[in-house]
Amino acid sequence: MSHEVFVAAAYGISALGILALVAWNLIDQSARKAELAELEARGVRRRSDRTGSAER
Amino acid sequence: MSQTIPAIGRWSDLANPTRFVGFANAVVPWLAVLTAAVLATGIWMAFAAPEDYQQGITVRIMYIHVPFAWLAMMCYSIMSASAIGTLVWRHPLADVSLKAAAPIGAMFTALCLITGSIWGKPMWGTWWVWDARLTSVFVLFLMYLGLIALTRALDDPGRSARAAAIVTLVGFVNIPIIKFSVDWWNTLHQPASVMRLDGPTVHSSMLWPLLVCALGFSLLFFTLHLMAMRTEIWRRRVIAMRRVSARRADAGAA
Repeated sequence: MSHEVFVAAAYGISALGILALVAWNLIDQSARKAELAELEARGVRRRSDRTGSAER
Repeated sequence: MSQTIPAIGRWSDLANPTRFVGFANAVVPWLAVLTAAVLATGIWMAFAAPEDYQQGITVRIMYIHVPFAWLAMMCYSIMSASAIGTLVWRHPLADVSLKAAAPIGAMFTALCLITGSIWGKPMWGTWWVWDARLTSVFVLFLMYLGLIALTRALDDPGRSARAAAIVTLVGFVNIPIIKFSVDWWNTLHQPASVMRLDGPTVHSSMLWPLLVCALGFSLLFFTLHLMAMRTEIWRRRVIAMRRVSARRADAGAA
């Protein structure tokens, strides 16, 4: 095998791994955001949230 | 809206989770743009750098393999510092930091092992050897997996925080072992060539791209860590709010 293949494989796999990590972070983040919005829409407040403002 | 981002006067103000989320909201977009710019510059420099007179084109793998290895160790060191924060000050954000960092560290360690293996095949003639450096990094990877499982095993984050902190600190002994493994034992892996007392032995035409790539990947780590910490704060907030809501429903039914 030529050496170019090894370099391409190393960079390709790394790019995939990092993209997967970023995507997982974004998906997790938007899911939690949606849950918070849903709870706030139902009028649920945190105990510490005395003012009742929908702060994030 | 004026309350969404409370002012950060001192660094200690970040210990307040709401202020921390405000800080992350303000910083993450800029950090993401900076990360992309530095990483793009670093990779461009890596491919513009000369080939090695012995290793030829495969030396390009160094520009990602070495930053991954550094970050694998830096991430664990940050988790250990967070563990001290949990054990000494019992600060909830310290546990959030530890839990959020573990998957990122695991990914960087996995990529370090994979790119190292791909580099090893053409240069050493083997994908893998159980020598000191490779084995100690593999142990680090297993510890990351264990910590990911431990930090997500219990529903109550307060209870797993202490256990995770203690395990993290015990595992920190592996970090100096990784660093000095190439000096202490006979190994196929080359000894330190950048972080050594007498200065780097890598020529500047390759050292600069390497340092820019390392900076880029470090910025990537901090961006992802801030994002993951913010998400973890939201996750805990959702759990707390569901608990309040359930209690209220119980009170209403009684």
